[in-house]
Amino acid sequence: MAQTSRPGKRVPAHPVAIRVMHWIGVYGIACMLCSGLLIYDASPLFPFTFPRWACLGGWLGGALAWHLSAMWILFIDGGAYLIYGFVTGHFRRDLAPQGPTAIASDLRAALRFRLGHRAGHYNAVQRLLYVGVIAVAIIAVSSGLSLWKPVQFGWLSGFYGGYPVARVVHFFAMALIMAFVVVHVVLVALYPKTLVSMIAGVPADMSP
Amino acid sequence: MRRIRPIVTNADIQPELAKLRRRGLLRGALSLGALSLLTGCDLSTHSGVDAALEAMLRFDDTLQAKIFSKTRLAETYPASAITTPFRFNAFYAEWQVPVVDPTQWRFSVSGLVADKSDWTLPALMALPQDTQITRHICIEGWSQIGQWRGVPLGLFLRRIGADMRARYVNFKCFDGYSTSIDMPSALHPQTLLALDFEDQPLAPQWGAPLRLRIPTKLGFKSAKNLQSIEVTNKFPGGYWENQGYDWFAGV
Repeated sequence: MAQTSRPGKRVPAHPVAIRVMHWIGVYGIACMLCSGLLIYDASPLFPFTFPRWACLGGWLGGALAWHLSAMWILFIDGGAYLIYGFVTGHFRRDLAPQGPTAIASDLRAALRFRLGHRAGHYNAVQRLLYVGVIAVAIIAVSSGLSLWKPVQFGWLSGFYGGYPVARVVHFFAMALIMAFVVVHVVLVALYPKTLVSMIAGVPADMSP
Repeated sequence: MRRIRPIVTNADIQPELAKLRRRGLLRGALSLGALSLLTGCDLSTHSGVDAALEAMLRFDDTLQAKIFSKTRLAETYPASAITTPFRFNAFYAEWQVPVVDPTQWRFSVSGLVADKSDWTLPALMALPQDTQITRHICIEGWSQIGQWRGVPLGLFLRRIGADMRARYVNFKCFDGYSTSIDMPSALHPQTLLALDFEDQPLAPQWGAPLRLRIPTKLGFKSAKNLQSIEVTNKFPGGYWENQGYDWFAGV
């Protein structure tokens, strides 16, 4: 790897651009989630509603103002991340999914809590989860766009099977992202060093 | 004289108070909305955050006006797709729907128009009419498909000699409601002054005797029980818009 050929230079586990985009994304997702729950409560799709303490905006108009404002944070942050990922080779180098054998062995190790973590390296299960959550985020954003503009972006609404179906898609995209966040935060709690490396410029673990 | 000692002193309840304070903090931390004390920001305060939210809504409105196409039509559906029963919705309950005598009712016209005379129901019914079966999308998220028939608003505006370069068309209703739309949306071919709902003259709960039907905007823009129309360059706002719903509300 290019990193090992420069032994004198300390390569951070996460470049500063990734760290900045990560925390902007956390704020954006939190705003979108909490305002989205209140929008859901205005006309629940399923026989349950979300508690008010989890909601942002106070009332439907306030929640929509948050949702339609914070969407730009996510749109710009997510767009910058995608461009960064492709241009710098971050996706190809770190997130490109590995073969089924590597996934199966890493998954077995992970389920027995025997999968170690080295800063700056992504194992097969992590790669799968990250690629998966990026795909789901793209679905969340595009289905949200189809709900905001079902007439002007009628083609997008049609792609999701029409306005009522797009609402369900948007809801489950949110639910999957939240499931990812739960797993992600639990793993960070198990390996607290990863939290440090997402804040400070911790050098990547170069051991083989 | 003996000093009266309170039964419960401050010291007695101090541990309980501390516990309650901790619980309050915990609740604050759990509420992700407390990210930066945001829970109070709902467009009703005059905080900096509310000002920022309102600025973002205005930005969204500008963008929505640019995205809006004068020729792109809302999807239309076959009669079999019509939602039954159709859901009543207003800022009051269904039993409070006001009823007017259609023979006494007048539709008044004001603002930047050549002919400001009132319109009677028969005069409106004599104008050319269009029928549409379209989806009514509520800002709350639910939607339903209905059939409306009425006079295209663009045709009516030409008939009264409206200044088509004016920015806003403002509607007032006799149930206390009001709303306003941009001129390009008013001239969209699917924007109707509806007289009929599902092959019947409008019933009171569907907006009798005249309502706006605009499938390119959220449901709250399709004002019922119309009383007057005004063509203006002065931003008119509206019942919900003044409380914080985004004004353009395009779909």
